[in-house]
Amino acid sequence: MTANLDTPPTDTADQPPVAKPLVRQRRWQKLRLGRDLSLLVLALFVFAAIFAPLLTPHDPVDNSLMDALKPPMWMAGGSWENILGTDSFGRDVLTRLLYGARVSLIVVVFSLLIAVVIGTSVGVLAGYAGGKTDAILMRLVDIMLALPSLLVALVAAVALGPSMRNLVLILGLLIWPNIARLIRGETMALKNHEFVAYAKAIGAPRWRILLKHVLPNVMPTLLVAATLEVANVILTEASLSFLGAGLPPPAPSWGVMIDDGRALIATGWWISMFAGLAIIVTVLAFNGFGDWLRDRYDPQTRDL
Amino acid sequence: MSAAERPALEVRGLTISVPTRGGGRGIAVRDVSFSVPAGGRAGLVGESGSGKTMTSLAIMGLLPSAARVEAGEILLDGDNLLAKSQREMQRLRGKRLSMVMQDPMTALDPCFTIGSQVAQPLHQHRGLSRGKLNAAVVESLEQVRLSTARDRLRQYPHQLSGGMRQRVTSAIALAGQPRVLIADEPTTALDATTQVRYLKLLRDLQEQTNFALLLVAHDLMVVQHVCERVIVMYGGEVVEEGTAEDVFNAPRHPYTQALLGAIQVVDDTVTLTPINGNAPDVADVLPGCRFQPRCAHARDVCLTPPALVGEDDGPVTRCWGVQQGWLAT
Repeated sequence: MTANLDTPPTDTADQPPVAKPLVRQRRWQKLRLGRDLSLLVLALFVFAAIFAPLLTPHDPVDNSLMDALKPPMWMAGGSWENILGTDSFGRDVLTRLLYGARVSLIVVVFSLLIAVVIGTSVGVLAGYAGGKTDAILMRLVDIMLALPSLLVALVAAVALGPSMRNLVLILGLLIWPNIARLIRGETMALKNHEFVAYAKAIGAPRWRILLKHVLPNVMPTLLVAATLEVANVILTEASLSFLGAGLPPPAPSWGVMIDDGRALIATGWWISMFAGLAIIVTVLAFNGFGDWLRDRYDPQTRDL
Repeated sequence: MSAAERPALEVRGLTISVPTRGGGRGIAVRDVSFSVPAGGRAGLVGESGSGKTMTSLAIMGLLPSAARVEAGEILLDGDNLLAKSQREMQRLRGKRLSMVMQDPMTALDPCFTIGSQVAQPLHQHRGLSRGKLNAAVVESLEQVRLSTARDRLRQYPHQLSGGMRQRVTSAIALAGQPRVLIADEPTTALDATTQVRYLKLLRDLQEQTNFALLLVAHDLMVVQHVCERVIVMYGGEVVEEGTAEDVFNAPRHPYTQALLGAIQVVDDTVTLTPINGNAPDVADVLPGCRFQPRCAHARDVCLTPPALVGEDDGPVTRCWGVQQGWLAT
């Protein structure tokens, strides 16, 4: 280092000042990679869910035993007709995967809608009102969280009968306590912010404080929580369907598909395998996206 | 009393208790009385724990739920606020009674633009509709001398400096054209140069729109800048009240004297004298004068509680020494 003292400053002036920006850029790129991959998978997932009928010539439930158990196209006996092979009923695996995305998306959207509406209302109410209201609502949430959710879902699904409507209801009612608890904490923190006290001091009615000052400020948290719950919903739906308590069997659910291939796992591995992969990749993507969102909206770094 | 000479805000015998760590209740504000004439400017001075913020919150009806008003009346134009329901108070806040808070950095909602936050109370309290609202927002921001007010409408609170934000909160507080404005330490979070400018603005606003101002501060200079009357609180009690001139030029209560002695004067001949000891805690049960343990002049008589005594309209003091004439002023 001492030798450098003799070098004239003009030498170093020629080099672009890269040291600091480089580090920053690298970290930034790393963050983007996780987000971009997740976003790509999510885009594919939503695209498949919406345009499934246009993407494949096959029907997801029509069976033709003549075509049963065809392997994927790259294996001996496979063909371009059934790229990922067929299952034991001769249904195209790829087609069922695409329609499976549609089933998952519908379940996710509607059950989360229920969970977010109930969870946010309960959370904001409990957090803002405090006292007895808070105590009662939060004990209810504690009870809900103490229940083994998969078991309850299983019992409820069996009792109500398998159908899309029941599945959505059960999942929504199981997930809202998670959201309620998070939103309650956030609301309690917001309640002590001066702008809430100030809104009160200039005569804002309670409903406006809740609707205009608390709700918009819990939105980032809500968004992150909901995104992370998506993965939970997809997994639970698949588990229930796998156990036969979700969607009734001919339906193209990823969980049902894994169950379909269970007995043939040694010979017709592709039936379960691709559905399992679809679940893993989608769940990972939603978690990755949720993590990225959380980093972005972290209250520590959020620009207030 | 006729309506003309009735004060805009009058506090009579206000006593507030708060829970103490031991599980009992301590008196945070004891028998506090003062008034602010319509269109007048009064300053409430005291150090932390003197009960000044409790008093101002009680006036707003925003006391924390643990605190309880034990006795007294708070009259707004002769109307007892303590007898009103939560809902009546909410309707009244912002319209007849408004407040500017201490920390402008957090007093504005980060989610909304300056324009929309100023527009809301204008709409609520003055019933302005969309067409007139925009002009009214600009007007009220110009009134608080926010530079380039028109361009600020679409900005968010984080894009404004502390001084600017305090101007915006003032515009919001004044949107309902209140009769009484309470400013609780409005300059504490601002830097020195901004403080002076804000205080000047506050005084000018008061002169233009003629609301009664109650300025709550721990800093005597802040009050001296703005107010006509000064109420000095110590340990939950009013210890001295008088015109700003009287209190600053001829302080009578030893606590006020000590406070003025502790202010930094840019003059080599005056030495800074701190007040020894600490302000009493709410839980402390002190016999007699609350200032007596820290008072350099205390005598035996100070162990019995002194009354607030003085001439009508003249300075009043809660001190045995002043009343018995043995304390030199």
